[in-house]
Amino acid sequence: MIEAQGLTKRYGRTVAVNDLSFTVQPGRVTGFLGPNGAGKSTTMRMILGLDNPSAGTVRINGRRYTELRQPLRQVGALLDARWAHPNRSARSHLRWIAVSNRIPVSRVDEVLEIVGLTSVAGKRAGGFSLGMSQRLGIATALLGDPAVLLFDEPVNGLDPEGILWIRQFMQRLATEGRTVFVSSHLLSEMALTAQDLVVIGRGRLIAQTSTRAFIDNASESSVRVRGPEMDRLHGVLAGQGLAVRDVPEGDDGPAALLVANSTTEQIGELVGRVGLVLHELSPQRGSLEQAFIQLTGGDVEYHSGGLGGLGGPGGRSGPGGPGPAKPPAVGAPAQPSAGAFVAPPGQAGAASQGGAAR
Amino acid sequence: MTLLTVERIKLFSTRSPWWCMILATVLTVGLTSIFAASTKSKDLADLTPSVTQFAYNFGLVVMMVMATLAVTTEYRFSTIRSTFLAVPARTPALVAKATVVGLLAGIVGEVTAVGSWAVARVIQPDAPLAINTAQEYRNVFGVGLIYMLSAVLAVAVGLIVRQSAGAIVIELVYLLLLENLLPAIPSIGDNIQHWLPFTVGNNFIVAGQPNTGDGPEVITDMPFGPWGSLVYFAVVCVVLFVVACVLAKRRDA
Repeated sequence: MIEAQGLTKRYGRTVAVNDLSFTVQPGRVTGFLGPNGAGKSTTMRMILGLDNPSAGTVRINGRRYTELRQPLRQVGALLDARWAHPNRSARSHLRWIAVSNRIPVSRVDEVLEIVGLTSVAGKRAGGFSLGMSQRLGIATALLGDPAVLLFDEPVNGLDPEGILWIRQFMQRLATEGRTVFVSSHLLSEMALTAQDLVVIGRGRLIAQTSTRAFIDNASESSVRVRGPEMDRLHGVLAGQGLAVRDVPEGDDGPAALLVANSTTEQIGELVGRVGLVLHELSPQRGSLEQAFIQLTGGDVEYHSGGLGGLGGPGGRSGPGGPGPAKPPAVGAPAQPSAGAFVAPPGQAGAASQGGAAR
Repeated sequence: MTLLTVERIKLFSTRSPWWCMILATVLTVGLTSIFAASTKSKDLADLTPSVTQFAYNFGLVVMMVMATLAVTTEYRFSTIRSTFLAVPARTPALVAKATVVGLLAGIVGEVTAVGSWAVARVIQPDAPLAINTAQEYRNVFGVGLIYMLSAVLAVAVGLIVRQSAGAIVIELVYLLLLENLLPAIPSIGDNIQHWLPFTVGNNFIVAGQPNTGDGPEVITDMPFGPWGSLVYFAVVCVVLFVVACVLAKRRDA
């Protein structure tokens, strides 16, 4: 169990983490979600006693990390896969860490076996691929068989096979009753991995909730409606006070209407009452990305040009799937859902500033 | 004790310490053997135990580089973070590192000193190389102590600067340039020189020795005798190391 209370970190005038309080429960994978530069890594380092908080405390099983005796037996962490001397062999790397906390050296070969690195145990860590480094990092975290595990962006740069392996691995650790806290800026990944979410933006807590509830609450569902008499349809729906938007003919099919904040049941009944014919009545589920953008709103470090266009006058969340909602005026990002995380060329400066501030 | 083992594993599981140790030994013993071999028979009387240590600074510099790298590579590859995760109190791990690195440098210092003296003795068996007096013991065996303390100082500089190139440049510029240039300042230069740490440390090895111009430089009128000089040098190294530990504990890793 990890408990953060009013955790704050300032670098000069920049506030990286701002009065952050959350709890991470054992037996579940808890995702730590936020855009790049939101303060996830800083928070992780403060949990582990590497950075001193400017204010607030964070406790692991009721004690600060620096108060733990032989901390590696209680807390395992993978903050960066490249934290190994490139000229030291994987086994030597694990050996010195094991000895430091009086962990039996036989455990080194066990964890190498668990992560599948036995065959390269004697090889220099510098020659490892990113996937292998990540496995070595996980082996390091597992050395002391700890009850609390922290992973910072563990799937960054991994191939699909590696991502799947880590995802299943973390879930297995959680089912064994351990506390697993995983940070990521990839929402889709977290949706698959984590049962609980701690969402932050610009160093502040935005939500602490279950992943299910997060998606359900945050993503507005809209409905796509199409029929032979589009003008009458528009009139009927708008007459009921619904936000209706015309979607011109495009990649997603013929021209249609998008009704925000509605359900297929509601629209079906409305249209049936006036006896109109429908050719299409389909729910458009908001993606996790949209849920995230909606929640974090002003809290992302920088906004892309695409974001404003997405929201439009009809509401910030915008309707349904990315395709039909994309106004032609939006230039740079090919996928609006990626907009919040990839700065378009025009804002590259702002993006790098955000990185430096971190 | 555990942490000493940890630092020993860390040090010896990479290759650069081995290279530094070999280089330090080969440089000093090699230079001394050339020196001894080129000594003409009429100058043979000048080839004393102290003179065989004329090259000890070369090995010292190499071992200080090794000691600095033992710290700065940890920062370079972020293994210092793994170290601090394993030992959140930080200071015990740093003390263990300084101890292991210092002891190793001390051993290498003794090996180079005795090696230099022995090779001279083999090449010039007729030279007055017997070690009898306390002063002659200090001339040769004192070298290792200076190596040991200098390595602690180098660890401290590495901890403060946290970057290999920067730390090594600072050490070399200080040791090889500044300590030689400061005494050149008119009127106060000599007074400054008498308190420069490495000059004082050198005084421990050579105090009481006539300045022949061959061996390590001898400066007269030093404020301390040999053992006082050693204590002064040790205090400087330890104080710097304490400052480094305080900084390392306070700073974000």
